[in-house]
Amino acid sequence: MTLQQIKKTALVSLWFVFLTFPIMVIRVNTITQTITWRWHNMAFIALGTFFGGLLWRLALDRKPASARQAKQPEVLTEDPDVTDVKAESGIARRLGILRVKVAQKRTRRSLIALAVFSALLFPHLSSLYQTNIMITALIYVMLALGLNIVIGLGNMLHLGYIAFFAVGAYTYGLMHQYLGLGFWAALPVAAVLSTLAGILLALPVLRLRGDYLAIVTLGFAEIVRILLNNARNLTGGPAGISGIPRPSFFGMTMNLYQVSIYIYYIVLAAVVLTVFVVWRFENSRIGRALVAMGEDDIAAEAMGVDISRVKLTAFALGSLWAGIGGVIFASRTAFINPASFTVWQSIIVLSCVVLGGMGSIPGVIIGALGLILIPEYLRAFSDYRMLVFGAILVTMMVFRPGGLIQKRRRAYTFHVEEQK
Amino acid sequence: MDLDYFFRLFFSGLTRGSIYALLALGYTMVYGIIKLINFAHGEIYMIGAFTALIMATVFSFAGMPALAILVLSSIIAMVYSSAYGFTIEKLAYKPLRKAPRLSVLISAIGMSLFLQNYVLLAQTSNFLPYPSLLPRIPVPRFLQGLVSGPQLIIFSTTAVVMVLLTLLIKYTTMGKSMRATSQDRTMATLVGINVNRVISWTFIIGSFTAALGGILISSFTGQINFYVGFIAGIKAFVAAVLGGIGSIPGAVLGSLVLGMAEAFAAGYISSVYEDVFAFVILVLILIFKPSGLLGKPEVQKV
Repeated sequence: MTLQQIKKTALVSLWFVFLTFPIMVIRVNTITQTITWRWHNMAFIALGTFFGGLLWRLALDRKPASARQAKQPEVLTEDPDVTDVKAESGIARRLGILRVKVAQKRTRRSLIALAVFSALLFPHLSSLYQTNIMITALIYVMLALGLNIVIGLGNMLHLGYIAFFAVGAYTYGLMHQYLGLGFWAALPVAAVLSTLAGILLALPVLRLRGDYLAIVTLGFAEIVRILLNNARNLTGGPAGISGIPRPSFFGMTMNLYQVSIYIYYIVLAAVVLTVFVVWRFENSRIGRALVAMGEDDIAAEAMGVDISRVKLTAFALGSLWAGIGGVIFASRTAFINPASFTVWQSIIVLSCVVLGGMGSIPGVIIGALGLILIPEYLRAFSDYRMLVFGAILVTMMVFRPGGLIQKRRRAYTFHVEEQK
Repeated sequence: MDLDYFFRLFFSGLTRGSIYALLALGYTMVYGIIKLINFAHGEIYMIGAFTALIMATVFSFAGMPALAILVLSSIIAMVYSSAYGFTIEKLAYKPLRKAPRLSVLISAIGMSLFLQNYVLLAQTSNFLPYPSLLPRIPVPRFLQGLVSGPQLIIFSTTAVVMVLLTLLIKYTTMGKSMRATSQDRTMATLVGINVNRVISWTFIIGSFTAALGGILISSFTGQINFYVGFIAGIKAFVAAVLGGIGSIPGAVLGSLVLGMAEAFAAGYISSVYEDVFAFVILVLILIFKPSGLLGKPEVQKV
């Protein structure tokens, strides 16, 4: 870091002080006709942007190396011990060693076993409050895994994912309200309906790609939300549906504590099922076709991939998990209204996927757990949650577009030497 | 059929359309040059309107005359919006010039989320009443009752901005560089155009008109909060797509059509589903005529 760079950073932070001046320093209230001047914010901005700017500059300087690395798909060889770790700076090397360790079958198995074991014991070792937070986090893990199919594998930006979550939740709510059906009856119906909704959305957007897809899916989610909000006779409008029953277990009566643990296990089972299906899907014929389409749709089509079918499958499978998650969500909160299903919820799920690593199952799980659990424990900063999510999306894209845990691509290496 | 009612809806549609046009310009210009939906564009519009509100309140406390308040606070707001547009591009899009389009799009969404919450935290989450900054002008006799003074100001401002912008793009060096860059960026670099500067200027000009739209519409509707930019931004984007993204006359035409369609649908069908119409129009356009009303069909090169 040269003196000139520091000088430049200082200038940039001055620019930010200027830029944020009216919004950060002056606060007007046109109702009470008062103006508050907050000069101290100026100092915060100056210091914050200066140090932030230094970090930004450092990270940008280091970026070319990591970008080069990201370009070559990581090779998952059968014997990961021989994978040479690229000579890099300290942290990267240590991470690299860690990655090799994790890639070893034995370590990986014991890690998974440990994760499953602690997940099973969790509700018995912690309080009701903790269990409830964990249920929310696991629902988001499910959502993130589902969205990961569309975004991570198919490379299609889907901003309306929460609409399917709403379809699931409302299916249960309405079926209970009008037909008196319980959780287990509603679950398959919701799964089917949300899958159908996914196909319904995918049909008109089959020909769209990239940016248009993002806008149309976003519009779809908004339409669903507006419909739910305005169909007062059916859905109760903004007041929502309340008194949704918790899941039953062969007619047993359970107290609040027991039922929470029960829901916890249901959602855990659902997450495990999701992981299994997504993992198998990834390496299936249609999953690979999806990845190929995500990388280059024209080339994939030329290679005989049926783009329409692949897209439909991706949307349908993605929506399915959202629908199931929605039912669990409705049964947990016992109350749903359209305010829980805004575009920003979709973007939270998107942040989970992006932070964890698009296309990587462990990455997505860790991303979702982190993004949902950390704000829960840092309640004091909960106002800054969405601000931080926005910042995460931008910085991740600039510095580490592959996410914390990057997608591993199964690669088949061709050894020329052995052919001789 | 009540003719007065029809004309009132017509002018209300024209008002919306004019505002969408001011916003859609930014979308279409940015899209034309770097092929990105700048999701943060709606936020720039909101920040412009907010800055004008803050400045106008401060100036009115200082006891300035109404016209000076209008001129000064609008100019400051537009300068600030342009500065925001410029900074956003440098921060969130420039490092991603060579990245896949999905990355830039996610970055844009992140920026939009960030800016919304920045204003929410630094200012307020409530709706604030917005003072009517626009001067009162007399409405011609034959239009009385159909259209209000502020609406006439909005139409004429939009028209003037459009004419100026067309001239800028047709005849100035910067405008020519913009057109060249949007046609072929590599070729533009080869003939000595500083592409990064062109992109910066595109963001600055787009933000400038967006702020103008924000000030006009907020003065007209009389309220503002941190969220106004998002939906307006999405609709302006729909308008840009409707007209053919990348085409400036297309953006204006699309905005007017969308504004009219919304006003008439709200007036004759139901105002509750007003926001749904925009998206339905978008989906229909994308299915039947993806290149928009005036756009060139996009040819996918392999």
